[in-house]
Amino acid sequence: MAMLQVDSINVFYGSIHAIKDVSFTVEQGEIVTLIGANGAGKSTILKTVSGLLRSKGGSVQFTDHTISSAAPHKIVSMGLAHVPEGRHVFSQMTVEENLEMGAYTRSQSEITPGLEKVYNRFPRLKERRKQVSGTLSGGEQQMLAMGRALMSQPALLMLDEPSMGLAPLMVEQIFEIIKELHKDGVTVLLVEQNAQMALSVANRGYVLETGKIVLSGNGKDLLEDDAVKKAYLGG
Amino acid sequence: MRQRVQIPMPVRYLINGVLIVLLFLLGQVLISTSILSSYYQKILLQVGVYVIAAVSLNVATGYLGQLPLGHAGFMAVGGYTAGIFMKSFPIKGIPAFILAILLAGIVAGIFGIIIGIPALRLKGDYLAIITLGFGEIIRVILLNIDTVLGFKFTGGAAGLMGIPKYTSFPIVFICVAVTCLTIHTMMKSRHGRAILSIRENEIAAESCGINTFYYKTMAFVASAFFAGVAGALFASYLGLLVPSDFGFMKSIEILVMVVLGGMGSMLGSVLAAAVLTIVPFALQSISQTVADYRMVIYSVLLIIVMIFKPSGLLGTYDFSFTRILEKLINRIGIHDAVAKKGEKSR
Repeated sequence: MAMLQVDSINVFYGSIHAIKDVSFTVEQGEIVTLIGANGAGKSTILKTVSGLLRSKGGSVQFTDHTISSAAPHKIVSMGLAHVPEGRHVFSQMTVEENLEMGAYTRSQSEITPGLEKVYNRFPRLKERRKQVSGTLSGGEQQMLAMGRALMSQPALLMLDEPSMGLAPLMVEQIFEIIKELHKDGVTVLLVEQNAQMALSVANRGYVLETGKIVLSGNGKDLLEDDAVKKAYLGG
Repeated sequence: MRQRVQIPMPVRYLINGVLIVLLFLLGQVLISTSILSSYYQKILLQVGVYVIAAVSLNVATGYLGQLPLGHAGFMAVGGYTAGIFMKSFPIKGIPAFILAILLAGIVAGIFGIIIGIPALRLKGDYLAIITLGFGEIIRVILLNIDTVLGFKFTGGAAGLMGIPKYTSFPIVFICVAVTCLTIHTMMKSRHGRAILSIRENEIAAESCGINTFYYKTMAFVASAFFAGVAGALFASYLGLLVPSDFGFMKSIEILVMVVLGGMGSMLGSVLAAAVLTIVPFALQSISQTVADYRMVIYSVLLIIVMIFKPSGLLGTYDFSFTRILEKLINRIGIHDAVAKKGEKSR
């Protein structure tokens, strides 16, 4: 059975039908990416999966739970972590306090080993443990947001535009980290506007257009696909 | 690197406990030796009531980051609950008063849940408006339910008279200490962290698995509970409650205390509450005209503070005696180390 199974969800913003009958799956150990232009509904889908928005009809299955009507905090404790778009860090708290907040759903004894793992993965965060996180650079904040999500020891990590507003070098670094996480067995659902980067790391991808999935396939095939090239990769 | 000395937790509590007891004894001695005249004692009691009100509002405003404008409403609920209870309860005396204080807090807390659940779905200005409406509703209801089914209830505009006066320095002091301690420990706990994280970034809090709605309501109810306690003390201090005591301006006055002191600083709330309660009395002794304009003075003061220090006088700084002690120990420790080095080099 798939780790995450999204079955014909429909999401509305008032009278606007933002997501139309979207279905997709994420298997254990995969990197799956959702790509598409602005307003295609990528973030809306992630928000629906993590319980921040509700679907009208359809269902979302995570491992063996139906989570379509579960509260967001319950979904996190089931092992599904969402790194929201735009690097939402607790800006007045230090780096370490931020990470501790990430372990909120875990028990006290898991905090120290968790911190160690995150610091190994992100040495930069270790250097800045005591720094107030609002003063970090954009890339560091993105690392912190990802590290914080990892503190909840998720089975599935959902990343919403991790490359947004970052310098090219930093983008590469972030994608390196995503690959490493994948190697360690974390399943990743990645939403990106940077289709080239996203497809090059992903096992499979889905292409969204105005709330519908128009194309799906494995990462390499989509990279070669003419329609995708034309629409997202600049010809 | 040298290990910094840290005072262990139980010792910290002990130090703080001793400090509280010392402060209490100081107050008792000042009163029993009549250094503080009964006039000053009255002011002191009022300071205590407003300290509780401001510290409790600080939970919702400073720590949770919301802007409720109906704090006087919760005080009114607590005050009237305590007043009516004490008047109708067959047993009189201090135990009944303590029961009344608890009951006042609980009833105010229940009102906090009733108001909080719809209000906390809103943010910023909308929350301010809804709580403002609540404060006014409470006042008008209290004004109009003077008799319910022939039973004398709130006394309407004339006020609820003849409330037994039990508010004394020890009781107010204990209430202030319990309020500050409870709120302090709550904010240091995992629940407090959750509340702070909502203020910092609600989206991030939610994605960390924090039940934001539950914690918002919890903070709001804690705020209402202690406002109710303040109301009960106020009721038994005056012996007479009038609905117009709990108007919009009262809510604003408490909010000004919190904002001036620094949102999110307990010490700030305590100091600002004390100063702003004493100032009118001080002004009165200078001249009545100045005292009449105190709200103007407050407003000007608020504008000045907002321009030059928008986070309030103390920001989010909180006083910790043990931290100062630690610093002192560490400084002395460094001197020792320097002295030893000097010996060696000789």
